[in-house]
This record gives sequence, structure tokens and C-alpha cells, in this order.
Amino acid sequence: MTDVVRAEWLKMASVRFTAWSLLLTVLLGVGLSYLFGLSFRNGFSDTSAERQDFEPLFATFYSLTLAQLALVVFGVLVVGSELSTGTIRTSLAAVPQRGVFYAGKVLAVASTALGVSTVTVLGAYVTAQVALGPHRTSLGADGTVRAIVSAWLYLPLICLFGLGLAMMLGSSVRTLAVVLPVFFLGSQGLGNVPHVSAVAQYLPDQAGMVAMNLVGPQDDPQFARDYGPWIGLGILTLWAAAALIGGGLALRRRDI
Amino acid sequence: MCERSPGESLDGMIDVRELTKRYDDTVAVDDLSFTVRPGHVTGFLGPNGAGKTTTMNVALGLHAPTSGEVLINGRRYRETRRPLHEIGALLDAGAVHPGRSALHHLQVLALTNGIGPRRVEETLEMVGLAGVARKKVGGFSLGMKQRLGVAAALLGDPAVVVLDEPVNGLDPDGVRWIRELLRSLAAEGRTVLLSSHLMSEMELTADRLVVIGRGRLITDTTVGELAERFGRLEDAYMYLTSESVEYR
Repeated sequence: MTDVVRAEWLKMASVRFTAWSLLLTVLLGVGLSYLFGLSFRNGFSDTSAERQDFEPLFATFYSLTLAQLALVVFGVLVVGSELSTGTIRTSLAAVPQRGVFYAGKVLAVASTALGVSTVTVLGAYVTAQVALGPHRTSLGADGTVRAIVSAWLYLPLICLFGLGLAMMLGSSVRTLAVVLPVFFLGSQGLGNVPHVSAVAQYLPDQAGMVAMNLVGPQDDPQFARDYGPWIGLGILTLWAAAALIGGGLALRRRDI
Repeated sequence: MCERSPGESLDGMIDVRELTKRYDDTVAVDDLSFTVRPGHVTGFLGPNGAGKTTTMNVALGLHAPTSGEVLINGRRYRETRRPLHEIGALLDAGAVHPGRSALHHLQVLALTNGIGPRRVEETLEMVGLAGVARKKVGGFSLGMKQRLGVAAALLGDPAVVVLDEPVNGLDPDGVRWIRELLRSLAAEGRTVLLSSHLMSEMELTADRLVVIGRGRLITDTTVGELAERFGRLEDAYMYLTSESVEYR
């Protein structure tokens, strides 16, 4: 199994796209975090009502809703490019035990995504607090550590979700055509649209956003969700697990 | 037809046993049985759609049989650990990532099967790609990709070699190189199965021939025997497959 994982790491490292997409994830996550921090600080109102609603964690982690897109594309293409180029046949000829092959790929991607997530989330947190200046939050404040841990787990989970889905659907294009619009709209407030939100709040990215304090003050009925942050993380984990299992089953049964 | 005699060693044999493969409504291979033995170059012939690629796909565990099986060294491919040490295959030369270098392509395969970097360099030299090892495969000609595919097939120094149309895209130099390579592999006692449409080349390269049509075995014989009956291999092939040509 170690051999298979090392081979998968080499597969990723030997293709230029990997470096680009991972670097983009970090740049978007950290860079936008700094900009949002600055913008929130400059726009901070003097009215006490708005001050009460102000959520520094929102400014800190909102960038991840965009950074995630680069990481999801990475996860999707790790599978999708093998399918489209046909290299999966060479891979399966070398490792015909499909469970082993798939597990190796998942482990390699998970570990890589976790590494990228560590850099991105810590970087986003630090730069956002710097930008927020006097309005910054601290590690001791309520929910901060939970949001950081959730963000750290969110990125790899959403990446693995993309990988599993790509394996199930059998192509990068099909997968991205579904995932990118939904996630992007999600980042732009799809989850707040009345009537849609009742269902949309259970989407994987929406669930993750609850865990990262990105869905607005919960006592406001416009933003309220039916579950709290830890459950949100659980919902996202279920989505990722379902996609990965589905992908594994599809791979086992498919003639490739 | 060659039946295996009881007690005959399983090593190096490709054993197709009553293989049937159906894709939706189409029967690609129909109760096909034949054995490929070591020490010969065995040619695998048939019209397009006859089932050659399907048989090879099942042999390498890529497609699951509907019924029957293909055993190599007495085992199904999916039950073989580190298969590259026993079986090397060239199925699609184009199945490479264009952004990856030839060297990395082979190194990835080598890693999965516990093959060292020195062997990777050896095979690259063997196929004449040592000079372009670090170039991206996207820039390779078809002939170069074929050579890379041959390198991948020989990486594990396998006793069994399976090749689907290896001569495609090769210049006359390359055609002769492949022919001599395959004959030398067979002379070393390895099992070589190759499918090709190039009759003139097949005549020079193969000792034994398995001809299939519409998923069924037409004949399993030697080049010599067909030469006696028909003269040229092309004439033999045309006669034997006249009923089986269909355009799929």
C-alpha cells in the first residue's frame, strides 16, 4: 500500500497542474482573507446594532468558499485526468486490485489536501486578524478554535467529495459542471434564498459553511439554519464518505 | 487445437478458458478457448470487432468476463500481486498523460511494483528513449509513444508479454526493431502474444497463430501449416475470415 501511495504522490508531483491548483488554493485563501479583513475593518459601522452582528470569523474564512474551488478542481482532476487520458488502464494493469488502487489514491489526495489546508487555514486566520486590526478575534474567543478546526477539515473533505463524485460520474467535465456552479452559487448566498434554503442548507458546502461561521447571525431568521456547527461538519463528512464509497463501488464494477 | 496435457507446467501460459464477454446486447467473445505457450511468438489475428482487444482486456483484468476466464501463470490477473514482474502489456500507446515526462511515467509504474530506478533507465535505453526521458510525453510521436509502451511492458522483466498492435506508427527501422525484440524475447523462453493487422510483418514475426472471428475461434495453428495450405499468410487470413468480417 505504501508503494501505491508513493506512486500516487509522484503522479501528482509530476504534472504541472498540481502545483498551480494547490498554489491557487493557498493564494486565494490567504490573499482574499487579508482583503476581506481590510474591507470589514474599513466598513465597520459606528452603529451599535451592526457592531453586534459583526463576525470577525466571517471575514477570516469567507475566502475559503472561493479557495475551495481550486482544491475541488484538483480533487476531481486527479481521477478525471486518468479517465480521460486512459492512463487508468495502465494504472490498473500495474495495480489490478482495485480497492488497493483506489485507497492509495484517496490517501495520497487526502494527505496532500490536509497539508494545503494547514497552510491555507492558518495563513488565512493570521492575515485576517492582522487586517482586521482592532476588530480582530482571538483564539480564546467563543467558537474561534472550532471554526479553525472546521475550516482545516472542510477543505480536504470537500476535495475528497469531488474525487469520489468524479469516480462515480466517470468524467471531470460532468463532475465540475455540477459541482462548480453549485458551490460557487453557495458561496454567493444560494443558501439564504427563501424556500431554497430549506433544502440547500444540507448541501455539503453549505453544511461546512455553518461549521466555519459563514452563514450570518443565527438569531436572524433570514440566515438561520436547522443545525449547529458540529452537525454541519458531520453532514459534510457524510457527503464525502458517500461520494468516496460510491466512487469505490463504481470503480470495482466498471469495465475500464 | 492445442489442449493442455495433464501435469503440464502452468508457468508462462496464457489460458483462455471458455471465455464469453457480453457488452449490453453485443456478444464480443463467445465461448473462446485457446492456450498460448512460452518459447513462441503467437500472433492473434482477426477482423475488426472479432474480439481480440476484448480478450486482452479480460486477460489483464480490465474487463470482467461474463463467463469463463483467462488465466496467466494459472491465476486471474486481479489475483496477481505485483503483476508487472510476471506479465507486461502494451495495450494503448496513447494512454499516457501528456504533461508527464517519459521518465516519470515509468517511475510511477515502477514504484507500484517495487521496481528500482536503475531498471527504469535500462528499459528506456532498451527502447531508445534515453535521450528524451525527461521530455513531456505530449510531444512524442506515435512511434515514440509505442516505444514507451514497450518499455512499460518490459519494466518488470516479465515472462509473459502481451501486445496490441505494437507496430502501429513505427518507421521501418522501428518495425524491424520490434520484430527482432519479440523474437528474441520468445527465444529466451518467454511467452509473447501479439495482435496485429500487418500480415506481412506477422508472417516474419510469429511462429504460431490464433485466428478469431465474431468472437469465436477459427483456428489455432502454426505459420508453417498455413503457409503449406495457402502460400501467403494474407491469403490464408482472407480465406479463414471471409465469413467473419463485419463492420462494427
